[in-house]
Amino acid sequence: MTEPILSVKNLTTHFFTRAGVVKAVDGVSFDLAKGEIMGLVGESGSGKTVTGFSLLGLVDAPGRIVKGSVKLNGTELTTLSGNELRSRRGREISMIFQDPISTLNPMLTIGQQMKLAIDAHEPLSVRASEARATELLTQVGIPSAKARLRAYPHEFSGGMRQRVAIAIALLHRPAVIVADEPTTALDVSIQAQILFQMRDLARETGTAMIWISHDLAVVSSLASKLAVMYAGRIVEEGRTATLLRAPRHPYTAGLIASLPAAAKPGTPLTQIPGTTPSLLSMPPGCPFAPRCDRVTGRCEAEPEMTLQNSRGWRCFHPIGQLAEAPV
Amino acid sequence: MNIFLHIDNISHIFKANLTAGERIAAKLGAKVETRSVRAVSDVTLSVRKGETLGLVGESGCGKSTLGRVIAGILLPTTGKVAIDGAPVMENRHKVTTRVQTVFQDPFASLDPRMKVGDIVSEGPIAHGLTTKPEARKYVARWFERVGLDPVWVDRYPHQFSGGQRQRIAIARALAMQPDVLICDEPVASLDVSIQAQIINLFLELTRDLELTCVFISHDLSVVQHVSDRVAVMYLGRIVELGPVAQVFGKPAHPYTAALFGSVPKLVLDADELVQFNSIEGEVPSPLSPPSGCYYHPRCPLATALCGTSQPVSQKVSDLRTVACHHYKKQLAEVLSD
Repeated sequence: MTEPILSVKNLTTHFFTRAGVVKAVDGVSFDLAKGEIMGLVGESGSGKTVTGFSLLGLVDAPGRIVKGSVKLNGTELTTLSGNELRSRRGREISMIFQDPISTLNPMLTIGQQMKLAIDAHEPLSVRASEARATELLTQVGIPSAKARLRAYPHEFSGGMRQRVAIAIALLHRPAVIVADEPTTALDVSIQAQILFQMRDLARETGTAMIWISHDLAVVSSLASKLAVMYAGRIVEEGRTATLLRAPRHPYTAGLIASLPAAAKPGTPLTQIPGTTPSLLSMPPGCPFAPRCDRVTGRCEAEPEMTLQNSRGWRCFHPIGQLAEAPV
Repeated sequence: MNIFLHIDNISHIFKANLTAGERIAAKLGAKVETRSVRAVSDVTLSVRKGETLGLVGESGCGKSTLGRVIAGILLPTTGKVAIDGAPVMENRHKVTTRVQTVFQDPFASLDPRMKVGDIVSEGPIAHGLTTKPEARKYVARWFERVGLDPVWVDRYPHQFSGGQRQRIAIARALAMQPDVLICDEPVASLDVSIQAQIINLFLELTRDLELTCVFISHDLSVVQHVSDRVAVMYLGRIVELGPVAQVFGKPAHPYTAALFGSVPKLVLDADELVQFNSIEGEVPSPLSPPSGCYYHPRCPLATALCGTSQPVSQKVSDLRTVACHHYKKQLAEVLSD
């Protein structure tokens, strides 16, 4: 494999609140190659969004990256100053947020907002930036893009707004895009259109993508590799198809089994008992242990990531241990 | 076939309020155009006792409005709803407690200043299903029924997680001992692992209490799992209705087929490149719906007829109806795949 474009090592982001230290991201590591799409899956509170924010240095007080490294094209991002980071954000790494209503400025036309984003990194003439904006809007599937530059965000539907946000993220052809649940707020028919386009765009432009989602089905149709997060940690990672077909971590297996699509209609679904632990009062040892049906005394210690054949899992009792052929 | 819940020719039109100027103009005798949205158009449905009817569609298709009309929260512009022959609304007021609703967002639907026990007992006390001194016991029973610890009755909603709050919302609805339960996206805001818990609870309760249910969701896999029959809505109309296995297996309406085609599925094949059969374009504004069949601007099977004439519901088989001029073509296509 070639040199990864984004390399994250032991990323740890904590929030220092009055109630205590919230370990939102606790030792996350992964590599991302050029043009690769990685799915980051987890339930609410698993730390997937904070991981995305940490990559771009967007974590606000009381949160702080306490240790770890984020290397983008060989440059360490976590030690950069605010200005240096700002000069890279949007140009080398950009983000698409979940809610397209709150990410666009309601007081500016789409054209004005796109011009601002262009000027932030490489000022162009009015005409040239208009051409660039039109090109991008057309690329993400907005009809009569040139005329739409003069429209305000409220004149767009939810799906169209998200396309605008995607176009802005793509303006400078960043090496990496972090997409935080960009289709969650959209209808399925619009979601399918956008997923389809994003996959093609990634292939055409060579942009690598981190797709954050709680929806396994969405991610599986898009990402070539997956990382499953639970309580601030990646508990399992691997190629999408292999991971979904034969999950090793009991949490991943539980997530897949609890999808209604997998069950016979009308029958009870497999459920993971209990709820996700509060990040304020994490149980010692494996964070999934209280909900796990494979738990033993060993799980009182915290499992390390076991890496094997480009797969990894954080569990003492992975599923299918015996069936695993020796390498 | 004994029909329990009658939904007869329901339409609901939302009218925008006139501005002060327009009101004066109207008083002076000028013709003022009212802006109105036909959220639900001529919907007729019948649900058997103990049956769960799924209601699916994209945002703005009128499924929640229809749910609210059935629950007696909104007064329909035309048509009426009856449970076992008794009307839900009379003289513009809800006159029955036999239909109750579970709403989507358990963070918004529970009063943050009330103890959860009071939230659950408020309705039953008001309607004489229990008395104040007996209320604690009554609530405890329903708490146990939905899998909550009865010692929690004195807590406030913020002390509960999303899944637990949805259980409280279900307990509140069931404590009224309804015959009909309207569930408006009850699991949409929950995590997958919690969603499975609530779906299981729902399946268990509807079976044990013989509830008749209208289950509204945009998540087709959830609807497929819990419903007996499903109605697909598009811009306020029901375009297809039938048993879940038939509608999901062999969609007769092109919209149903396209909707199912857009749902991402778990991809387990390593190199399979998923083809999304995404629907072209977007849902038109209900303020100015297209002529003829509402779906024709996006429909691959549309002909000139579809632009001028609105298709009526026709029988495909005993239990299925579809509103499409070309449903035979659609069915033939499904079979040839």
